[in-house]
Amino acid sequence: MRPRTDVLVLGCSAGGLRALHILLAGLDTRLALPVVAVCHTGSDDVSLLCELLNRSSTLPVHEAMERTTPQAGHVYIAPSGYHLLLGGDGRFALSVDPRVGFARPSIDVLFESAADAHGPRCAGLVMTGANSDGALGLARIRAHGGLGLVQDPAEAEVSVMPAAALAQAGADHCLPLAQLAPLLNRLFAPE
Amino acid sequence: MARPDVEEVEVELFVRALKLRHGYDFGEYARASLRRRVNALVQSLGTETISELTARVLRDDTLLPRIIAGLSVPVSEMFRDPPVFRKLRDEVLPLLASYPRINIWQAGCAFGQEVYSLAILLHEAGLYDRSQIYATDFSDAAIARAQEGIFPAREARLYSENYLAAGGRHSLADYYHARYELITIDDALKRNVTFANHNLVCDGVFCEAHLILCRNVLIYFTDPLQNHVLELFRDSLVRSGFLCLGTRENISFARAARDFRALDARLRIFQLEQSRP
Repeated sequence: MRPRTDVLVLGCSAGGLRALHILLAGLDTRLALPVVAVCHTGSDDVSLLCELLNRSSTLPVHEAMERTTPQAGHVYIAPSGYHLLLGGDGRFALSVDPRVGFARPSIDVLFESAADAHGPRCAGLVMTGANSDGALGLARIRAHGGLGLVQDPAEAEVSVMPAAALAQAGADHCLPLAQLAPLLNRLFAPE
Repeated sequence: MARPDVEEVEVELFVRALKLRHGYDFGEYARASLRRRVNALVQSLGTETISELTARVLRDDTLLPRIIAGLSVPVSEMFRDPPVFRKLRDEVLPLLASYPRINIWQAGCAFGQEVYSLAILLHEAGLYDRSQIYATDFSDAAIARAQEGIFPAREARLYSENYLAAGGRHSLADYYHARYELITIDDALKRNVTFANHNLVCDGVFCEAHLILCRNVLIYFTDPLQNHVLELFRDSLVRSGFLCLGTRENISFARAARDFRALDARLRIFQLEQSRP
């Protein structure tokens, strides 16, 4: 029996904005956990991104603020120029440490911190993107007994990132974009 | 209660060893980032595990500067977050201009990019000659780098863009000499800068400052240490002195935050509110 999941961490890069729109539009408003995302969009202004996503998302989307605790049923986006981490107390932490794989925020940094903080009570989702960020992080999540989810590379807008995640970490579920929200709604339904 | 994993225990033992053997206290550093930095040291020093790193740091004192440098990982750029420097230029410096002498404390100066950004702002405001910048860090290696003021030439373009976006009046190239792959900050900008070792964790009031810059340093600290350092800043500032933090820092959980009011909440520029006791 799998333990309850505390948090879903998510990473996307090229093609990510469109994928996020579709994913977030399909989520159940009673989703029983917070969704924390690193999205490489090249935009300096995450508040604008949040505003855009809020138009289609069923759940409220915010920029993650350091030292606050993510709440179930909310979506948080990493601020640009900072790594976003989850601390042992489950709260957000930021860092300006060097880029990891040319990226800051880095999906790996978020995922690895989530794996360390939440162990098996963590789920990671890697979606469309043109680099291999997230692959190591997803492997760490799965090594700690957490759940690994990957968008099917065959239908991802850019397949490199989900393919790298699959190769490096494998996955418990690998599904096309349209089927991800229904899966999350089922996996993380309210008690 | 879940059993902590091995690495979590190893990080605690490493922190304990640094404190007991070398007197450096990382006990109140936020663990998520600290763990990454310790693991980066494991990589760069080529040990198998954190435990092996701990054994080496206990026995080999010559390793300490590299450990300290690795745990401070300073990353910045000149005029990072241009709107902040524009605000300092347009609103803070004109207020500081009323003082006959201006003391500025850059706490956590890293490699000095922000120190020299500040020096340029002061120069262009005609205030440099009566200003004193105290630039401190707890890493001697970082201070040595900051003192040199040498940066990779490939960064110059970003620095220049930031400088202009921050309202720079000339060309950033007026302030450095380019040679080969490096740019060197002009000595004239170093004249009124004093570099010194200061550890925010354990050292006390350093000077009486009109402005303190400490950007993206407190993000690495736990709540109690963040509050402690804010108190230190409060006690170091003159009445109505200014504090400039990183633009994504959150001090709302700190008691000492009550002593400051926001001059610009979004840019995290604060002003000391209460009068000094």
